[in-house]
Amino acid sequence: MPNPRPDGITPSQTVGPYFKYGLTPNGEYEWNDAFTNNLLTGDVSGERIRVEGKVYDGDGAVIPDCMLEIWQADAQGRFSDPQDARALPNSSFKGFGRCGTDKNGAYAFDTIKPGVVPDADGKPQAPHIGLAVFARGMLLHLYTRIYFEDEAGNAADSTLALVPADRRPTLIARRKAGTGNAYTFDVHLQGNNETVFFDV
Amino acid sequence: MTLIYPIASNSVHPARLSPAYRSAIKRAPTKPLIPMRHTLSELTGPVYGHETVRAHDNDLTIQAKGEPLGERIIVHGHVLDEDGRGVPNTLVELWQANACGRYIHVVDQHPAPLDPNFTGAGRTQSDAKGYYKFITIKPGAYPWGNHHNAWRPAHIHFSVFGHSFVSRLVTQMYFPGDPLFPFDPIFNSVTDAKARARMISSFDLDNTKPEWALCYRFDIVLRGRNATPMETK
Repeated sequence: MPNPRPDGITPSQTVGPYFKYGLTPNGEYEWNDAFTNNLLTGDVSGERIRVEGKVYDGDGAVIPDCMLEIWQADAQGRFSDPQDARALPNSSFKGFGRCGTDKNGAYAFDTIKPGVVPDADGKPQAPHIGLAVFARGMLLHLYTRIYFEDEAGNAADSTLALVPADRRPTLIARRKAGTGNAYTFDVHLQGNNETVFFDV
Repeated sequence: MTLIYPIASNSVHPARLSPAYRSAIKRAPTKPLIPMRHTLSELTGPVYGHETVRAHDNDLTIQAKGEPLGERIIVHGHVLDEDGRGVPNTLVELWQANACGRYIHVVDQHPAPLDPNFTGAGRTQSDAKGYYKFITIKPGAYPWGNHHNAWRPAHIHFSVFGHSFVSRLVTQMYFPGDPLFPFDPIFNSVTDAKARARMISSFDLDNTKPEWALCYRFDIVLRGRNATPMETK
């Protein structure tokens, strides 16, 4: 028996201050993690990278009770989801990660540099990672993208092109000097350096 | 079947800056969000996570040596898309305060007792028809510092995924008839009364288990509908 057509979707409410023991216990609470901040699998191909940064509020204070989730393609540009029906090699890479910020507002993900995914017109997009940001004080999470400073494709990316040039740097992860494979990507919910968020 | 995610469906969500909720003031963007076309990056999403679900993770009353205190309840329902189709095999996570209104989180210092037999964390996956079920304890109301004499209505936090990264939803389930509704800025951050009502579970006598537990039904409707209008059945 089909369900009646709903009047609309269920509204969002804040994740609140107390999600850690349920969503990001990370060894601090007796509960297993459904997801972690390490997306690497033993056989994963591609460039292994770390993406790390801090999350800031409108006063420039770090946010120690934030949860970040990422979703990305593998190095061939394929998503681990049957809805991605392109005939690309099927890797064991899952592409989803979750991380709570620590008392310094810091997060980190160990993953691989994603490959190229087509845009809505089928044109190649620059490599990017989707990022969702949740926290106490946020009634609805925010969505943005992490791009990489050393990708030539940024110049032709159709989503970056929607962003005023002076705000584009907020979407670009920077190579961290002396670390080899680490990128820095800070998130500013508000203020002069407010990160560009997308209405999706 | 190709799902689409019309942006208009988001209109039921709270405004990010709802000034009555004080914590929002410094955590809401002040610049307009930039509209963009969905690409595969937004139209796909994790279809796993449920492999971490253990046999009794949906029963919060049997996680410890003894039984938790408070009123045992059944919370069940369907995860649905906007057309009313069940969302199968999707991860459903919940967390909540105990019967006294206290979370085990170390930051929660509300002077109400912790229950050594209750963590308040649960997890399950919806079945092939989108149905899910938890057994838990009815959470208590608790005070918070938002304004003078501020109390949160009793609620259970839910985290669900659905078919794509743009169907991701974190919400709170409330209980019918709570006298705290008119005074709660988080509940009232949803300005449409019909949309607020979708966050309130309904008492389910048919599935209340005699001599054992009251039952509440909570359907969770996620973004996503068929690209072409449904045929009339």
